[in-house]
Amino acid sequence: MNNNSKTLFARPEAMTDVVSHYCPGCTHGIIHRLAAEAIDSLGIREKTVGVAPVGCSVLAYNYFNCDFLEAPHGRAPAIATGFKRLRPDMMVFTYQGDGDLISIGMSEIMHAANRGEKLTAIFVNNAIYGMTGGQMAPTTLQGQITSTCPAGRDLNETGHPIRMTELLSGLVTPMYLERVSVHSPQHIIQAKKAIRKAFQYQMDNKGFSLIEVLSTCPTNWGQTPNESTDWLEGNMLPYYPLGCFKDSFAEEDK
Amino acid sequence: MTKVLMKGNEAIAEAAIKAGANNYFCYPITPQTEVAEYLAKRMPEVGGVFLQGESELAVANMIFGAAATGKRVFTTSSSPGISLMQEAISYMAGAELPCVIVNIMRGGPGLGGILPAQSDYFQSVKGGGHGDYRLLVLAPSSVQEAVDLMILSFDLADKYRNPVMMIGDGMIGQMMEPVEFPDKIESPDLPPKDWAITGAKGRKPQVVRSLFLDPYKLENSSWHLHEKYELMKKNEVRFEKYKVTDKNEIIIISYGTMARICQTAIDAVEAEGISVGLFRPISLFPFPQDEIYAEAIKKNIKEVLVIEMSTGQMVEDVERAVVGKKKVSFFGRTGGVVPSPEEVITQIKDMIRKKSKSKKKA
Amino acid sequence: MPGVKIDKNHCKGCELCVRACPQNILAMSKMIGIKGYFYAEMVDSSRCIGCQLCAITCPDVAIEVHTHGTSFALYEY
Repeated sequence: MNNNSKTLFARPEAMTDVVSHYCPGCTHGIIHRLAAEAIDSLGIREKTVGVAPVGCSVLAYNYFNCDFLEAPHGRAPAIATGFKRLRPDMMVFTYQGDGDLISIGMSEIMHAANRGEKLTAIFVNNAIYGMTGGQMAPTTLQGQITSTCPAGRDLNETGHPIRMTELLSGLVTPMYLERVSVHSPQHIIQAKKAIRKAFQYQMDNKGFSLIEVLSTCPTNWGQTPNESTDWLEGNMLPYYPLGCFKDSFAEEDK
Repeated sequence: MTKVLMKGNEAIAEAAIKAGANNYFCYPITPQTEVAEYLAKRMPEVGGVFLQGESELAVANMIFGAAATGKRVFTTSSSPGISLMQEAISYMAGAELPCVIVNIMRGGPGLGGILPAQSDYFQSVKGGGHGDYRLLVLAPSSVQEAVDLMILSFDLADKYRNPVMMIGDGMIGQMMEPVEFPDKIESPDLPPKDWAITGAKGRKPQVVRSLFLDPYKLENSSWHLHEKYELMKKNEVRFEKYKVTDKNEIIIISYGTMARICQTAIDAVEAEGISVGLFRPISLFPFPQDEIYAEAIKKNIKEVLVIEMSTGQMVEDVERAVVGKKKVSFFGRTGGVVPSPEEVITQIKDMIRKKSKSKKKA
Repeated sequence: MPGVKIDKNHCKGCELCVRACPQNILAMSKMIGIKGYFYAEMVDSSRCIGCQLCAITCPDVAIEVHTHGTSFALYEY
């Protein structure tokens, strides 16, 4: 490269050079990158701690260049609460899947959010349990086939999929709740802004932020990566509308 | 420092602060909620962290997160609450995180009752969670000893990088006794906490975790934990003897407040010419196995009598220690019923009478 | 003149970048990377406009985008 060449896009410093274990086309990798880019741009890598869940992203600590804690299934918000309360000067983010956060961890996320823990919660919704091989999750859509609802999710049996961001926005305390998606470059660019703002709010000590990120799971949906992005667009977006459900500081930014 | 009349729960709370553990997460449960009420006022005075979580399960995970900072942290609960904490305790043992957990025991199982009992012995000593791990378990029999063991627990937790549990029946928490706090606490030289999560500044990132997908790595980790527990067995056995002489006909093995009740009984029968000794384990893990064996095999000892406020749990460890050399019998009340000294005296006399009758027959 | 660099051994052949490229100048190679995936490769670098959409959509950060001389930002990423 000659002297006036410039790098427009490269791996963020907060991300390691490790080839991830994620399946080809799984958008976990993109969400990791967006978090790492936010950490880099805010210059907080050296005082950031991530809390990894149990699920596909249990090995997240191999892909981030910052300290990490590994939480029991569903307990990341409680682990993060304990850490942040003793080290309010450090940046703490949790990274959880839908089974981890909504199913077993529903109590922990609701109370961490309601206490207004000054955390950045990244919540990946791919409508299925990935790591354990494609079982029904609380976010599995009606009629969606998984290994534990082989005839398609039957709402009479299991109730409706849970819209977590709307549920959380019923609480008074949380400061910033937004649902984004990473199934296309244009959506990824929006998602990056939201994730960055969530980290920014933590730096400004403003309160609890959660970003729900719609994500694909090609392997367990039984589709190619590109088909998965189409399936997400056609099936998940209608049920999980994107947008900001709560932003207590939106006016200030204008 | 002057003596202060204090309730056990509050003394335990103050002891933790004296040990520099001004980080406390809790959930209300009888009979130990006064610890939380005391610290709700006291922690702000010492600039500490106080937080009431949404469940003991969440609280135990908050302890995990807090312990990862390297600072001293503790929680207190009671039997059903301690059951909810077992998952996080197993994770902390696996991730080698130091912390102190106090169980002011109540009657079980299930919702059980709220009166004192010792029916959580197995849960604490044999490991209530999953995997190859143990907890160092200490059992005070007075409010003063609860204070001393609380302070010691934090040193042991840091020394072995392992959760330490202090268990006392409800009376330890509820009764008031004069207690003295040490002015200055010189902690022994403890290993540096370079494992603590402080941010990857000037060093490679660190991870606190207990996951080892590679079986050989998990096995290594488990044997490493095992070595720590062997070290505990070597260095951390604690017990106390009361009126143990070579005239004893019976040796009683009992811990916690149950042991104090036995002391009253021992004094009473002594006046009637019956010599009984008491061996009181203070560390339940590591269990004073060799020391109990040494007492039991003495020629003057005709029988070992284990007395607990449960249907018999520690008795199994005593049997293991005595390896059949002497008859081990058990007496216990549970569910919150606390045996009176008279009941213990009756037990002793029945044994002596049975012994003398069998001698006549032989 | 912008261009991309694709790391053969990070790419898992998911083809998301192929569809994302507005110039349709990315395609799957006949060769495989170290893990046995057909990796993506640039077919005609002369038509690359440095829009970074391929790199943005890559789940494995296998794509770097560089430019020489003048470059213009199409959007803020």
